[in-house]
Amino acid sequence: MIEVEGVAKSFTLHNQGGAVIAVLEGAGLRVAPGECVALTGASGCGKSTLMRMIYGNYLAERGSILVAGVEVAGAEPRVILALRRERLGYVSQFLRVVPRVPALEVVAEPCLAVGMGRDAAETRARALLTRLRIPETLWGLSPLTFSGGEQQRVNIARGFAHEYPAMLLDEPTASLDEANRDTVLELIGEAKGRGAAIVGIFHDRAVRARVADREVDVSCFAP
Amino acid sequence: MSEVPLLQVSGLSKSYGGRIGCAGVSFDLWPGEVLGVVGESGSGKTTLLNCLAGLLAPDAGRVVYDTRAGGPRDTLAMAEPERRMLMRTDWALVHQNPRDGLRMGVSAGANVGERLMAVGARHYGRIRGAALDWLERVEIAADRIDDRPSAFSSGMQQRLQIARNLVTGPRLVFMDEPTGGLDVSVQARLLDLIRGLVRELGLSAVIVTHDLAVVRLLAGRLLVMKEGYVIEAGLTDQVLDDPQHPYTQLLVSSVLQV
Amino acid sequence: MTVAYNFAYLDEQTKRMIRRALLKAVAVPGYQVPFASREMPMPFGWGTGGVQVTAACLVPADRLKVIDQGADDTTNAVSIRRFFEKTAGVATTEETQQATIIQTRHRIPEQPLTGDQILVYQVPIPEPLRFLEPRETETRKMHALEEYGLMHVKLYEDIARHGHIATTYAYPVKVEGRYVMDPSPIPKFDNPKLGGCAALQLFGAGREQRIYAIPPYTKAVSLDFEDHPFDPGTWDDDCALCGASDSYLDEVIIDDAGGRMYVCSDTAHCRGRRRAGHVGASGAPYEEEGA
Repeated sequence: MIEVEGVAKSFTLHNQGGAVIAVLEGAGLRVAPGECVALTGASGCGKSTLMRMIYGNYLAERGSILVAGVEVAGAEPRVILALRRERLGYVSQFLRVVPRVPALEVVAEPCLAVGMGRDAAETRARALLTRLRIPETLWGLSPLTFSGGEQQRVNIARGFAHEYPAMLLDEPTASLDEANRDTVLELIGEAKGRGAAIVGIFHDRAVRARVADREVDVSCFAP
Repeated sequence: MSEVPLLQVSGLSKSYGGRIGCAGVSFDLWPGEVLGVVGESGSGKTTLLNCLAGLLAPDAGRVVYDTRAGGPRDTLAMAEPERRMLMRTDWALVHQNPRDGLRMGVSAGANVGERLMAVGARHYGRIRGAALDWLERVEIAADRIDDRPSAFSSGMQQRLQIARNLVTGPRLVFMDEPTGGLDVSVQARLLDLIRGLVRELGLSAVIVTHDLAVVRLLAGRLLVMKEGYVIEAGLTDQVLDDPQHPYTQLLVSSVLQV
Repeated sequence: MTVAYNFAYLDEQTKRMIRRALLKAVAVPGYQVPFASREMPMPFGWGTGGVQVTAACLVPADRLKVIDQGADDTTNAVSIRRFFEKTAGVATTEETQQATIIQTRHRIPEQPLTGDQILVYQVPIPEPLRFLEPRETETRKMHALEEYGLMHVKLYEDIARHGHIATTYAYPVKVEGRYVMDPSPIPKFDNPKLGGCAALQLFGAGREQRIYAIPPYTKAVSLDFEDHPFDPGTWDDDCALCGASDSYLDEVIIDDAGGRMYVCSDTAHCRGRRRAGHVGASGAPYEEEGA
């Protein structure tokens, strides 16, 4: 489902004297449907960078990134946008909040985007928010005013609203208490169960042990 | 995915004497895509928009639009009556200053209804009904339908301009700094409205702005312009999060994070 | 010794220029043809357009009738009639059926006209879009591109503000399905007579320098909405002199107490009816005026 091969990435900071920061060289990994691969390695070794490259958020300098058979590296924007809409989900570390949009709408949006009816999308959104213990009183409010943990849970609910065949999870359990952490692990398990291929970054070793089938040490791809 | 781009722009150039307005701009726009064009003052983004929308005659280049009836047509080569008809039906232009895009001397209802009347609508009740429907969609109270736009706040005028433009169901919308000059809270409301309408109506759009937050919110694709040239293009979040060109990096790093 | 005028005052070259404009106007019904309007011996605003068109059309065998607001005996009608008596020496008449050319200000005669007659209108502002679009460059484009949405915007505004279309005179019409035209300040009551008329209708605006025409048997449809159809209007009263119930009536104040009566605006029409024996509410039977 996800095939990364020979990927390289460096950043050139033109406005800081043209400094070049090489982050990855010859990176590769494969994730089969139903598998969860955890990216490991010291902080700054490029885990998030690699994940963002799979998502198309960062440009790949060299190499190939195939997601559900679609080549992401060098793809047209509309190809990547369609891929993100239907087949590739991403739970980032931070929820980018659009002001004025209520939490329920935030979570329902990915379902609406793939053509699900409004009622069905909202029902699903409510179910996820309930599961992640977001009180109903908050559903009509914009997550702008929520606590970090609440924002994270809205983020996760949104990430799992549509059943993506491929998912990227960047620290999904950070800043969550034990009960919610378990719920997230359940969600991941369910996703695996229906055949989703997952790449995740999990700081917590215990969490990693519970969901990851394999680990890939990204520091091996240091240039 | 459709086979033919909605808009194919190739080699669009416009100079003012020796000064470059925009140079060699080329891109394809597909149905449902929203393209942001950013740049600072003098970057050529407004010149580009005016050339695309037919307000300015470019010196070189083609703008091929996939018309509903006749397939892909070069709009620059069109006869004026045809182009004017296109501007009234399939295309829309939202001006930065709503006063440029409205008739200030007639009521809000007449403003929204004018395009319908211009394409042959002859039933007063239905025209008024359509006007009321659109006023509701842009969140203007129904009892303001007979008021003149001169009595509206600038945010309301801008929303009225949007309603006036969208009433004939255009497929392509050109917007020039749609939130320029508006209060911050008013901007937010307007952006939400535009976002919703674009999604709901499946519109394609070209949005010119200097505000990176606006493109992040509205546009899936981005063109960055500097001194008339497109110096970087791609997915909006990719260009803003992983800028390659020195100028883009400068632009992105200059924006204050609130 | 009296001054010798060329026939109908204008020199032959000027008549030629006007006739060419008239031919163009007839060829494109409702289209405003620019013409080189001459300085006439009456000021602009006193019917110089109509006078020039009449002058270009007149031949010695013509019989001319001139009316102003339907009446042959008002100052302007008398003045223009005398002008042509003096400069063209043509016969004049007050009877509509006997006239070959009728010059009119702001009314159409009640009696249906025939194919042998020409009706010449005096026009102040020829451009129907002028009040909404002051730029001549824009209005010319709008006519050329048939962009008449703005005309209906005006009607829409009327209905929104007054509940009905408030225009009562100079009501715009669409001629032969193409050009929108201002029929001069005739009451909307007269609009139905514009279309399907057997006579040739010519319009002259002297100050604005435009000529336009409605050829015989041409369609002229008053603009309206499907759900607010054009209504020419009616009166509650009949003509007090001849009892006509279907003519355009003028309101006449008859005493200082505000008493009023309604009489036909078209004096010839009223006289004809009374001669035929019709008597209105005021009861006075017809008497031949002193010779």
